[in-house]
Amino acid sequence: MTPYVLLSAILFTIGSVGVLTRRNAIVVFMCIELMLNASNLALVAFAKQHGDLDGQVTAFFVMVVAAAEVVVGLAIIMTIFRTRRSASVDDASLLKY
Amino acid sequence: MFVLAEGAAPLVDPGSADGAFSLLWLVIVLPLLGAAILLVGAPLAKGRLDKQGHLLGAALPVLSFVLSLVMFFALLGRSSDDRQVSQHLYTWFQAGGLKVGADLLYDPLSALFMLLITGVGSLIHIYSIGYMEHDERRRRFFGYLNLFIAAMLTLVMSANYLGVFLGWEGVGLASYLLIGFWQYKHSAAAAAKKAFILNRVGDIGLSLAVALFFATFGTTDFTTISANAGKASEGTMTALGLLLLLAACGKSAQVPLQSWLLDAMEGPTPVSALIHAATMVTAGVYLVVRSNFVFDYAPHARTAVVVVATVTLLWGAVIGCGKDDIKKVLAGSTMSQIGYMMLGAGLGVAGYPFAIFHLLTHGFFKANMFLGAGSVMHGMDDDVDMRHYGALSRAMPVTFLTFAMGYLAIIGFPGFSGFWSKDKIIEVALTQNWLVGVLAMIGAGITGFYMTRLMLMTFFSQKRWADGVHPHESPRVMTVPLIVLAALSVLGGVMLIGNWIADFLEPVTGHPLEENPALPAVVNSVIVVVIVAVGVALAWYLFQRQEVPREAPQNVSFVTRAARSELYGNEINDGLVVRPGGRLVGGLTLFDRHGVDGVVEGTALGVGGSGSVLRMVQTGFVRSYALSLLAGAVLVVVALLAVNLK
Repeated sequence: MTPYVLLSAILFTIGSVGVLTRRNAIVVFMCIELMLNASNLALVAFAKQHGDLDGQVTAFFVMVVAAAEVVVGLAIIMTIFRTRRSASVDDASLLKY
Repeated sequence: MFVLAEGAAPLVDPGSADGAFSLLWLVIVLPLLGAAILLVGAPLAKGRLDKQGHLLGAALPVLSFVLSLVMFFALLGRSSDDRQVSQHLYTWFQAGGLKVGADLLYDPLSALFMLLITGVGSLIHIYSIGYMEHDERRRRFFGYLNLFIAAMLTLVMSANYLGVFLGWEGVGLASYLLIGFWQYKHSAAAAAKKAFILNRVGDIGLSLAVALFFATFGTTDFTTISANAGKASEGTMTALGLLLLLAACGKSAQVPLQSWLLDAMEGPTPVSALIHAATMVTAGVYLVVRSNFVFDYAPHARTAVVVVATVTLLWGAVIGCGKDDIKKVLAGSTMSQIGYMMLGAGLGVAGYPFAIFHLLTHGFFKANMFLGAGSVMHGMDDDVDMRHYGALSRAMPVTFLTFAMGYLAIIGFPGFSGFWSKDKIIEVALTQNWLVGVLAMIGAGITGFYMTRLMLMTFFSQKRWADGVHPHESPRVMTVPLIVLAALSVLGGVMLIGNWIADFLEPVTGHPLEENPALPAVVNSVIVVVIVAVGVALAWYLFQRQEVPREAPQNVSFVTRAARSELYGNEINDGLVVRPGGRLVGGLTLFDRHGVDGVVEGTALGVGGSGSVLRMVQTGFVRSYALSLLAGAVLVVVALLAVNLK
């Protein structure tokens, strides 16, 4: 049991550190995916441990949402890149006080 | 139909309307129709109503009068215990257990009022045809007059207090519109507003009384209330009586709500005659007499009525002595005479019929004199100052003779109508309380003084006319109503023959207990006549023997000054209500502006200020949002762990 949770925690940490430190939007995006999948892994592992399907079902929902998110997110990143010739998340900081 | 205990208030127990009485509603609807046509329908008639509308306006009250007369005789044809008729028109409104019907009640009291309102009203409509001939807004004037007649009839014919209230407000509106009829005159507009506002004070009394009737009896029908009046506590009845008295004070210009009546003379003279002398101002007396089943169980309220009435009858009489404006003298006199009526009404069962009797005779002779004053003004280029009149008896013989009939009636010259009616009230007052009776006698003496002063300054003494004024007799359309009213002023006393008026009103007002009068009736009359004669002689000495100056002398006694300024009624109002009220409102405005607004605006400023600081967090860098998101999530997790581990 522990290895699964450990792996999940490590993946989540890598993901979150990546989101916080990297500037490239594609990389940030991939890190988010990493975090989502880390939580999926935890969900599935606990579901297996408790012997009910709730966690697995939730994992499927997360995947569906992640897929939708990828579609919208990538489209936004593409558009930003086309107009600004850059995919840095720090450059797109006009929407502020 | 009903059984009377001696001295107790009789029940209102009407039968249903049939025969001639089924047309009761038409009496109100006719003038209402006139008002609607003249006021609303005018644009459709393309100016025709401006030329001919006044004839319609004058014809409809006459029709109402004919109907009232027919019904009156039908009522006389019935036996005296079968003289109450009610007509249910429709359910006015209904909410839960509360049901108010549009019901009319026809009994001896409303019968007399209907005759007075439509009869004197018709005469004044006819007179107005001549008086308002050159006024370009004549159509509107007749529309307002018709509206007044309809509202006044509603007031006296309703079978419940809510209906009375409807009419009460209606006559208030008509009075407002007509006082301010010449609205381009600043004084007229101000007088209309003053009358309206002071009347509102009284109306509070009536609306609270209506609410209290609902709360106590669950209804405002006269029938139910009169049947259950004895079951309510005396405190409730006293409260009801005092509220009704407040209402009556407002409408009938009794102290302390009297000050609007003199200003109301800004309206056209027929209005002063109809509304502010003969009918509307007597509505308070009607209310008290109609509510006899309340006042019979509220002796304290009745005492209050007597006090108010006695003060007013002297107050008005004193004002009448000081004024030089002929209409204001008559207005002061009206106030005083209504004081007599209220006095009669406040004396209870023995006084009710004589209050109504005096109301009717006063309606005749005061309308007569007001119209006479209008006729004089008509001939004197609308001058109202009696110091500019003098020796008009030759120039205007018909006006003079008819006015003289009214004069003799009001001072109580033996045989004339006012003699019988005023004497009766004084007699009853003297029987119940000698002080009130004596004060009423003194009032009669003052009446003799100021009316003689008016008579001498206007029709006798020396010519003091302004240059270029050529007094002339008024046209026939104005003098004929004067002649009719003068005849009524002389003959009004016939109603007392065989005590007819008291017997006729007995189903409404009740049968008085036998009381021994303080003085024999003859002695009483002689004393009153002597007191009046003293007043007349004094006036004759001051205003006929001596020359009347054209300008009012300024070097006069304190009493005269007080009477000229209406016994400082306006100053009292200003000092007691208007100025403190103004200060209160000023203080409240200040508190609202700085206190309430300060809190509200301070809150807004605080929220705005903290917002402008906090928005700096919104940097636009996605990664800093992510960091705060993470920090929040960590915080939640730590908190959960802390709770779970404990």
